[in-house]
Amino acid sequence: MSDHTPPSNDQRRIPGRPPLVIILLAGVGLLFFALPLIGLVFETPWAELPDLIRSDVVLDALRLSLIASVLATIVSVVIGIPIAYVLARVDFRGRSVVRGIVLLPLVLPPVVGGAALLFALGRRGIVGEPLYDATGIVLPFSMTGVVLAVTFVAMPFVVLTVEGALRNIDRRYEGAAASLGASQWTVLRRVTLPMIAPSILSGVALAWARAFGEFGATITFAGNIQGRTQTMPLAVFVALESDRAAATALSVVMIIVALVVLFALRDRFWSTS
Amino acid sequence: MLMLAMTAAACTGSSGPDRLIVSAASSLAGTFGEIATVYENEHPGVKIDLNIGGSQRLREQINEGAPVDVFASANMSAMDGVVESGAGVGSPAVFALNSLVIGVPVGNPAGVSTLADFADASRLLGICAEQVPCGSYALEAFALAGVVPSIDSLEPDAGALVLKLELGELDAGVVYRTDAERSDARFESFPIPAEHNVVARYPIVALTNRPHVDDFIEFVLSDRGRAILEANGFEMP
Repeated sequence: MSDHTPPSNDQRRIPGRPPLVIILLAGVGLLFFALPLIGLVFETPWAELPDLIRSDVVLDALRLSLIASVLATIVSVVIGIPIAYVLARVDFRGRSVVRGIVLLPLVLPPVVGGAALLFALGRRGIVGEPLYDATGIVLPFSMTGVVLAVTFVAMPFVVLTVEGALRNIDRRYEGAAASLGASQWTVLRRVTLPMIAPSILSGVALAWARAFGEFGATITFAGNIQGRTQTMPLAVFVALESDRAAATALSVVMIIVALVVLFALRDRFWSTS
Repeated sequence: MLMLAMTAAACTGSSGPDRLIVSAASSLAGTFGEIATVYENEHPGVKIDLNIGGSQRLREQINEGAPVDVFASANMSAMDGVVESGAGVGSPAVFALNSLVIGVPVGNPAGVSTLADFADASRLLGICAEQVPCGSYALEAFALAGVVPSIDSLEPDAGALVLKLELGELDAGVVYRTDAERSDARFESFPIPAEHNVVARYPIVALTNRPHVDDFIEFVLSDRGRAILEANGFEMP
C-alpha cells in the first residue's frame, strides 16, 4: 500500500494525511454519532423551550442529576485512585479476579447492577438489613441511594484509566525521587499523581458523564420521585411516555450541560506543562 | 424497536413461517405467552413474536410506524391514541378486565392492609409511574378512596414494583390482581373494596390485514382464549 512515487505537491502541503479508508470510516462513524443529535435538534420545540426548562420537573431533575453526578465523581476519584494504585502496583494472588470484579459494572446491564445493589444494600440486603435494624437507615429510595447507584457504574472508569496510566509511566522518576529521600506519600503526591494527571482527568470526565447519564441502576435502586430521586434520565424516560415536548426539552438540557462540563474538563485547561 | 426492525427485515422473504408481531401490555406477558404457544401449536407455520412493554410506549412505537400487527393494551387511553392516529383496522374489542390489589411482602412487616395506610409517610410505599396504566389506575383508586398517598417510588412498570415487594424493599404497593394471583407470586395481597377499585379494560385491535391477524384476535376473544385469560386471573367483560 506504500507509495513509491515521489511526493506530489499536495502531499508536501498536507504532511501526514491519513489513508483515505481511515478518513471514510471516520466520516461514517461521525455521521452515526451526529445524526441522533441532529434528529433531536429538529424535534426540539425551540419556541417553548424556555418555559419547559423553567418547569419544576426539569429544574428538580437537573439539580438532582448535577448533585448526584458530582458527588459520585468525587467518591469515584477518592476511592478509585487507591483501587487503581493497588491493582497496578501491588502484586497479590487473585489480582486479576479482583480487577474483574471492580470492572464488572462496565459490562453488567445497569438494571442488573441496581438489582444487585438492592440485594446488598437494600432494607433486606446483606449489609442493608443489619444497617437498618441497627440504625433505621434506609439506603434505597433516597438521594443517598441515587449517589450509590451512579457511583457504582461510574467508578470503574476512574479505575480503568488510572490503572492503565500507572502501568505505563516511567517508574524511574519515582525511583529517583525516592532515592533523593522523598517518602512514599511525597513521591505519590509530587511525582506520580502529576505524571498521571491527564489520565485522572479523562477518568473524571468519563465517570462524570457516565454518572450523569445513568438510568437503570438509579431507577431500580433509588426509585423515581420528582424532587427526591428523579434524575434527568429518569425524567426523560417518564416524559417520553406522555409528553414528548418535555422529554425533548429535558434531553436538550442534558446534552448542553454535558457538553459544557466535558468542554471544561478538556486537557488544555488543566495541563500543568 | 431494534427487535421489530430486525423482525421486519427477516420477514421480507416469502419462505419461512408467517410471523405475526403482537404488541402486548406488560401485565399480559405471561398470559399472551400461553395464548401464543397454543395458537402456534394449532397453526403450524405461524410464528407469533410478542413485543411486551408499557402500553404508552407500545402506542408510541405504533404511531412511529413500527410494523406491529396486533395491539393489546392495558387501558383504553393508549388504545385511543392508536385509533385516533388511524393505525387501527376495524374497531378495538375489550377482551379482558383486571383490577387492583394492595401488595405487601410476605409476612406484611409494616402491617399495611388498606389504601388509607398509604398516607403514612413513615412507610416505604410504591406504585407504578403515572405514565403507565397500573400507575394511573392506582392514582384513580386513591382518588376514589379520598387518600393522599405518600409515595416513595414510582416504578417504571408493574414487574419492577412486584420485584421490590418480593424483595421486601417496599412495605406495600398497588399492583394488578393478576400479578397477585400468579402461581409464582411471592408476595401477599389484600383486596381493595369495589367502591374504591378501578375496572381496567384491556382492548385489542388489528393493525394490519396480514394473514392470521383476524384469526388470532378471534382466538383471543373465543372461549379457549377466555379460558386462558381467566386461568391467569383476568375477568371477562
